[in-house]
Parts: sequence; structure tokens; C-alpha cells
Amino acid sequence: MDIPRIPLGNWIESGLDWLTSEYSLVTRGISRFTQTGIDVLNDSLMWLPEWALLALITLLCWKLAGARLAIGSVAGLALIWNLGLWDPMIETLTLVVFATLVAVVIAIPVGITAALSNRLYRVIMPVLDFMQTMPAFVYLIPAIPFFGIGSVSAIFATVIFSMPPAIRFTTLGIRQVPVELIEAADAYGATRGQKLFKVQLPLSLPTVMAGINQTIMLALSMVVIAAMIGADGLGSEVWRAIQRLRPGDGFEAGIAVVILAMLLDRLTQSLRKTRQ
Amino acid sequence: MDESPMDDSRPVKIKVRGLSKVFGKHPQKALELRNQGMKRSDILEKTGQTLGLSNISFDVYEGELLVIMGLSGSGKSTLIRCLNRLIETSEGEIIIDGENIPKLNDRALLECRRRHFSMVFQNFALFPHRTVQQNAEFGLEIRGVEKNERYKIAHNSLKQVGLEGWEDAYPNQLSGGMQQRVGLARALANDATVLLMDEAFSALDPLIRKDMQQELLQLQSKMQKTTVFITHDLDEALNIGDRIVLLKDGEIVQIGTPEEILTQPADDYVRRFIEGVDRARILTAESAMRPLRSTARDSDGPRTALRRMSDHSIDSIYVTDRDRRLLGLLEADAASRAIEEGADTIIAHLTQDFRKVPPDEPLHNLFAMFSDKSFPIAVIDEEQRLLGVVVKGAVLDELARAGEQ
Repeated sequence: MDIPRIPLGNWIESGLDWLTSEYSLVTRGISRFTQTGIDVLNDSLMWLPEWALLALITLLCWKLAGARLAIGSVAGLALIWNLGLWDPMIETLTLVVFATLVAVVIAIPVGITAALSNRLYRVIMPVLDFMQTMPAFVYLIPAIPFFGIGSVSAIFATVIFSMPPAIRFTTLGIRQVPVELIEAADAYGATRGQKLFKVQLPLSLPTVMAGINQTIMLALSMVVIAAMIGADGLGSEVWRAIQRLRPGDGFEAGIAVVILAMLLDRLTQSLRKTRQ
Repeated sequence: MDESPMDDSRPVKIKVRGLSKVFGKHPQKALELRNQGMKRSDILEKTGQTLGLSNISFDVYEGELLVIMGLSGSGKSTLIRCLNRLIETSEGEIIIDGENIPKLNDRALLECRRRHFSMVFQNFALFPHRTVQQNAEFGLEIRGVEKNERYKIAHNSLKQVGLEGWEDAYPNQLSGGMQQRVGLARALANDATVLLMDEAFSALDPLIRKDMQQELLQLQSKMQKTTVFITHDLDEALNIGDRIVLLKDGEIVQIGTPEEILTQPADDYVRRFIEGVDRARILTAESAMRPLRSTARDSDGPRTALRRMSDHSIDSIYVTDRDRRLLGLLEADAASRAIEEGADTIIAHLTQDFRKVPPDEPLHNLFAMFSDKSFPIAVIDEEQRLLGVVVKGAVLDELARAGEQ
């Protein structure tokens, strides 16, 4: 007997087509807004001379994490500068920062509601599983009809891919607040809002920061992949090296990604520790 | 249940009537079975629901320190949480100042909690991200008290519990005893009408615990704050409670003053409980005896005896002869009468209306001897010599101390 194949792919495609045509005004609006944001951030980072930005980042490292990270930052950034990868590095940084901001702005309220409502928790968790396990490349495909080739599509795919840990960790952080502290807040007559802002959020902050750290790391890995749909930055350097079969160039760009990743990771971790 | 200890003459702060709590999804079903006379364990087996509290009624008087005491699983933690509705009740009333707490809407409940209840928790429940000062301010902050004012009030209550100078420390920098002082300061700063203390001293080591009990009693005598104190420890209950509610398997076994519980245990359960208190050693009158602050001699005149009484703020004095043999007791009004009559000795005005016991008299027998107008009990040896006296409070102290050893 011949069981007809379920046209799952067709359904998804027609759904996406419908979304693109119905909501083209919305997507175009988002696209323009995002593009402007990226450009402004990128231009201001580019406007600073290399040495100035290097000094600024190093100072930040020194203040937040100490001398060791500051030394590492000088060495790493100088290497990137020397390899001629400064501009792509800035482009990548811009995408990461922007995508992380968007992801966090969405993730924290969603994480809070999921923590406070069991029903929402049960709905959101499988969605997060889906978002995290779906191969990252797949998000790139619908991004193009929505937002066209380029940085905005990269941001779209990156936000979806990098958001889950921020949501999960926020939910976890709030749910981990000891019951007796919640009881204490209740016993003194705290409203929900007071409980959230005076007890639950401050106590879950270290966990939330760990989630944001994860989000940044995922965002970085995704904006590199997003070079395939025309995102600028270190990813496109790697992509070009693949196409021309030049392993040397590929590794140079790859090392720049590693340096950037380590800087972002150590910085956000130190931010988390100083808060504790 | 024994209704008699409820005293109509005293102003009632919290009135609890017919309070029950079922843990489960269909409380009505469990309550129905209970009303048909089914036992707690059978209800659990049949419906899978636990009858946490069943038909609890008692009063908390204005200004008293009421101890709710029971072993783990007796429902005491549930009961205290029903009072400020951290746990929802299944049936019954809890009336405080005319408001029925189980029926309040959300907004009224918040108001009620802010106005009426401060709570001290077993594991302190201090906020680790706030300093000692900020912790003490918490209740005031929640109520929207202005910043400078709440600083002052909280600072003051920290001073009251002896934590001056620790304002900027964080809870994890303090010892357990000090942390609970912060918990107490947070509750006192709030100035709610009722103080709820949930096993407040149980997590502290015995010496600190004893200190905290004493301090609580001192604060209590100063402030006369209505307090509900939960404990699993009978010694603690006897030591600090004005009255004790004894809880077992979610039901009240006995309500009474420490003396009543010790002298008239309601049933075997209570009796077994108290046995634990003085089993540690056989307590006698001697162990609770105190030396006399002042006695009169048979040769003294009434004026001398009266002056001695007023010097020591007492209204009766034991009179002995030269060899300290006890002759009798002189009351202050008898002494005044003697002065009016112009008598020059007091011998004729002595009363024998007091109790005397030998030093090896078992302590629990002494309870019954304290009547309404109770003089200290005289302790005498075989030759009628006066060794000391036993006052009411000392008996309880001694029993409580013995339980700890």
C-alpha cells in the first residue's frame, strides 16, 4: 500500500510565503529599523581610530576583570589589527552586540513570565527545545524572503538561535529563589511587582548573567555562519577563504573570532562576578 | 477539645474557629469523611489527601505570648501559615480585628498582612543581597515608608536586638544567632500588631537559643506584643509561653498555661510529653529553692518588720527565732494593724496559712500548693529551720532547665 507522503515542507513554505506577503510592511519596517541601528553602531565604532578603541576595550577589561585580561586584550586586538582584520572584526562585534541586545530584551520578560506561570512554562520549554536543536543553517533560509540578503537577516537568524539560553537561565534563576525568601516577601505584604523587583530578580541576577553570556557566545557563532547569507564581518572572511581554498586566510579570520569570543566571554563573566 | 481555658474577660486579638486544612485537590471530600468520623490515616488511604489541620479553635489574647507546640507533622507550621494566609485554609474562620482572613480579597489581604503580621522564620529567610540594615527595612519599604524614616526605625530596632555597628554587613557574614537577630529586627521594625515566630530559635545552638529566649521575654515584657510562637520543644514552650496550645496530628490536644499543662495533662499523650521534662533527674524543692532575701526575728517590732518588707519590695516576710527556726509568716497588713494596736512584738500577728515542705519534696507536688494568693513556699529541715523559699516561676525554670540536660 502506498502511504501518501505528508507535504510538511510545502505547508511550511506556503505558510512562510503567506507571512512574507501579508506582513511585508512589518518586515520592511523591522528591516529598515534594524539596518539603521546596525549602521549607527557600526559607524560609531569605525569612527574611532583603532588605537583609541583598543585602549577603550583594554581599560574596560582592566576595570572589570583585572590586569591579566587587559594584557590579553592588548595582545589579541593588536594581532587582529596587524592581520588587517580590524574592520571585519568591528562588523562582527556590531552584529553580536545588536543581536544580543534584541535577544535579551525579548528573553528576559519571556523568561520571567515562564518562571511565574506554570502553564506558560509548559508551552515555552518545547518551543525553546525546537529553537535550539533545529540546525542553525535552517533559520537562514526563511530570513532571506523576510528581510533580504544581508545583515538584517543575519540578526534575525542570530536572535532566534541565541535567545533560548537567556530565557532558560532567567526562568531557572527565578525558580531557584528559595521558597522561604518568597514566603518572607509574602508575609510582609509584598505585591507581585515588589516581590519580582526586590527579591526574585536581584537574587536571580547571577544566573541571568550566565544566560546572557551563553547568548553572546551563541550569537557570535551564528553571525559567523550568517556570512552565507551575506552578513559582513569575520564570517565573510572565512567564507571567502573557503571559496578560494586558502586555509591560511581562513585560520587568520578564525583566530580573530576566537580572540573576540574570549574577550566577550571573560568580560561578561567578570561582570557577573562583580555583581555577586 | 477543652474549651474551658478560653477566658472571656480578656481582649481577643485573633479568634480561630473551626479551622481545617486539607492538602489535596478535593478538600470537601476529605472534610466530609472527617465529619463521618473517619481518622486521618484512613482519609489519606481512601482519598490520597492529607488532613493537615482539623477543626482548630483557639483565641490569641491581646499582648500574650502564645506558644503552639507539637512534634513534626503535627500541623503547627501549617497553622501559623494559615494565620497570615501563606497557606490557604479549607474551612473555618480566622478573625483579626473584625476581618475574616480566609475571605479577604487579594488587596485586602496585602493590607492585612502589612498592618497585622510580622514573621520570623526558622532558617532566618534573610535576603542575601541586602545588608543587615536593608533587611531590617524590608517591611517598611514594602509599605512605602519614606526613606529617612524607615532608616531611623530599622536602625532603632537593630539597636534593640544588639546589632548596632553591623548595619552594613551582609547576612552571610553573621553567625546564626546574629542572623536571627536581624530576622527579629526586621519583624520589630515593621511594628505590626502580631508577631509570628515559626520555630524561630530551633536552628540555633542550645546556649544561644537560651539567650534568645531570655531576650525575647525581656522585649516582650517591654512591648507586650501579641506573639504566636511555634516550637517542637516543650522546654522552650514552658520557658517562654504565657499559654500553650498543644497540637497532635492536626488537632488540639490541650490549651493551657504551662502550669496547667504540667499539673493537669489532658491525656496520656500530654503526660508522656511532660515526663520527658523531669525524667532527666528527680527534681526536688531544694533544687528550685532560693535563699531568702530577708527574714524578720521574733524579737523585732512591727515597724522594723514593715520597713524590711518595703526595703525589699515584698508584702510578706517569714519570721524565725534566734536559731532560724520558722515561727510563722507576717503579712504587711497584719504588721500595720500591729502598729495601730501599739503592739511592740509581732508574735501575736503571725499567720500559719502558708505551705512548708522538706527539701526533698518532689518538685511537681509543689504546683498544686500555689493557690491564688500564693506566698512563697517555705523549705524547712527536720528541726524546723528555714532553709529558703520556692517561688512559682522558679519551679518552671527548674523543670525547663532539667529537660535540656
